[in-house]
Amino acid sequence: MTAETLHNGERRLGIVISGSLTRGVEVRLDGGISVEDIAVGRYVTVEGEKRRFFGMITDIALDAIDQRLMINPPDVSDPFIGEVLSGTSTFGRLHVLPVLTIGSDALSLLEGPQPVKTVPAHFSTVREASEQDVERVFGQVEEKQFYVGTPLDMETKVRLNPAELVMRSSGVFGKTGTGKTFLARLILIGIIQEGAAVNLVFDMHSEYGWEGTSEEGRKVKALKQLFPSKVAVFTLDEENARRRNVSTDFTVEIGYDEVEPDDIAMLHETLGLTDAAVQATYRLARRFGERNWLESFFAIEGREELNELAQSLGEHEATLAALRRRLEMLCRLRFLVPHASENAIQRILESLDRDIHVVLEFGRYGDDIASYILVSNLLTRRIHERYRERMERAMGEDVAKPRPLVITIEEAHKFLNPDISGQAIFGTIAREMRKYNVTLLVIDQRPSGIDDEVMSQLGTKITCLLDDERDIDSVLAGIAGKSELKAVLAKLDSKQQALIFGHAVPMPVVVRTREYGTPESYKEFGFREALERKKKAEEEEGDLWG
Amino acid sequence: MFKIGEVIEASTSEFTAQCYELHQPPPFGSLVITREGGVEIFGVVSSAATTSIEPGRHPIARGSEEVDEEGIYRSSPQLAKLLRTDFTALVVGHRENERLHHYLPPRPAHIHSFVHMCDPEEVALFNQSLDYLSILVSAQEQADELVAASLRHAAAAHQAPRDFLIKAGKELAVLLGGEINRLNNILRRIKG
Repeated sequence: MTAETLHNGERRLGIVISGSLTRGVEVRLDGGISVEDIAVGRYVTVEGEKRRFFGMITDIALDAIDQRLMINPPDVSDPFIGEVLSGTSTFGRLHVLPVLTIGSDALSLLEGPQPVKTVPAHFSTVREASEQDVERVFGQVEEKQFYVGTPLDMETKVRLNPAELVMRSSGVFGKTGTGKTFLARLILIGIIQEGAAVNLVFDMHSEYGWEGTSEEGRKVKALKQLFPSKVAVFTLDEENARRRNVSTDFTVEIGYDEVEPDDIAMLHETLGLTDAAVQATYRLARRFGERNWLESFFAIEGREELNELAQSLGEHEATLAALRRRLEMLCRLRFLVPHASENAIQRILESLDRDIHVVLEFGRYGDDIASYILVSNLLTRRIHERYRERMERAMGEDVAKPRPLVITIEEAHKFLNPDISGQAIFGTIAREMRKYNVTLLVIDQRPSGIDDEVMSQLGTKITCLLDDERDIDSVLAGIAGKSELKAVLAKLDSKQQALIFGHAVPMPVVVRTREYGTPESYKEFGFREALERKKKAEEEEGDLWG
Repeated sequence: MFKIGEVIEASTSEFTAQCYELHQPPPFGSLVITREGGVEIFGVVSSAATTSIEPGRHPIARGSEEVDEEGIYRSSPQLAKLLRTDFTALVVGHRENERLHHYLPPRPAHIHSFVHMCDPEEVALFNQSLDYLSILVSAQEQADELVAASLRHAAAAHQAPRDFLIKAGKELAVLLGGEINRLNNILRRIKG
């Protein structure tokens, strides 16, 4: 590499030859730079006449000055001819999407990077972005601050601003096995570490509470082990927890009296209920009362009694019989009991109020999507109601607002699909955004199955590799430079790489997610916890003697 | 610098010189230098020919009785005086007030100016810029051969001939952007 190509340690890549603000700029690669050394998703800076542009490589192409060269290729076996032609007659072309500008005067340095409103002039020099540039864009990460990973081939840490993240709902997407769970766990850790919000995690496969498993089958510590005093593990399946040697804080039971017709409506697809059957539940509730309908319905025995009830309700007997049969499937769920000994919702709320993050493990019920939908909707609906009341009171009476709450749900397409997202509480939360201080962290492998309206409300999207065209389209819907990012997204590694864009980052970024599962990584996460515990102990000691 | 001949015909773009030694023209493509007043004019030897000194009289074959070719000149010593070797050089640049310019000089060389071969240092110095290649590329005759020969000579004067040739090759690739076949021809002739 000659001195000419290196400038402040940044490699010169080429010059801008054409482009537009909407489509991005074309860069002709210099002769000495091989296209094989470049990768989509990397950052470059463009030295314009008045300002510097910061952008991302979104495509790489080969080009030649004369098309005849392609038809009648030169003698490439000769390295001399190859070397002469590369960068002159044949050259590489990069497609760069400028995203931010960095001014050089004092004022713009204070303001920080700004969104682009123009493109760099013809023949502006394009260089690889230096660590400092990346740091200037993504902000310097202090020792205690949370970072999600590093940009491709760089050491700079990318900070995912938890405060921004929890302000709106966000989504983690990716095919199975691309590290969604790891990424989601990292994000939860970030939120806990910085105290941006309290979490309620509906942990379908019991991976967030005590310990999870890596792709290689290795056990990794999860939230409770990293933040023992800040996380409570609730379970629906105590036996399962015991078998796994996990100590849980509370076993959730749900009484029949807590199940409302709305909760059953959510299950119409999974239980195979007809519309008439769903309507019947509302009639039953009117007849027996909101809190007693399910128990009373189950108490009816014998065909005749059922027929009588059908007649008095004006329902068809077959509808009620079918409803009964379907609902009896729920009876088999051990956590569903006629009367719960302790109110789970109350317990969850108490924990959340004390800043304790709650992970609800589903144990063996994790594989039963009906249980997951039922429990997550039921609990969320009640918790959301409480939050709503408190938030309204806070607005009216000037008392403290409840702490922001982030509810994590998996397999979101099952209950945020266009058919039911209108009724599902999660659809409401996603849509009404942060009004009531409750937001979602949606984890899903099939984003195309999620209602567009919900997708469009997600503030930050973090996506691992996706290869289905519809999924990619749905994740990138509405973002500037969509087609460019599409190329980047489709080319992510299947492991430890993710594209992040939205409110929590200043510009779209491909990160190599940070290490997780090694003792060093735990130490990094636990840093704050340990430090705080020490401080607290010192304080207490001081109180004792003071 | 080795004195090799004398200008006998000159125009802005080229000059022809007669060699002092019969059959000893400077190599094809080599760099020679002559002058016009205070201006030194550089030329690249683009052709050379040995002919009779009188246009009407053509040499005839004389060697049927001789054992070797030198024998012909030994038995007819006048021959060397009846023949002459001329060469033509394309003007590729000049030096005025110690500054090198890789474009045509303001005036042609004087008739009877001496022509010198450039030594390797001079060749390397002149080839620091390859702007003159555009003149050679558009030469009337044997342009590709001329470019190749000139670059081979220049490369020999450099410490890193391959690097020089790659730099020159890239320059040519730009100059001959639309003429891939010519470019290929030249590159094959200089790859060494």
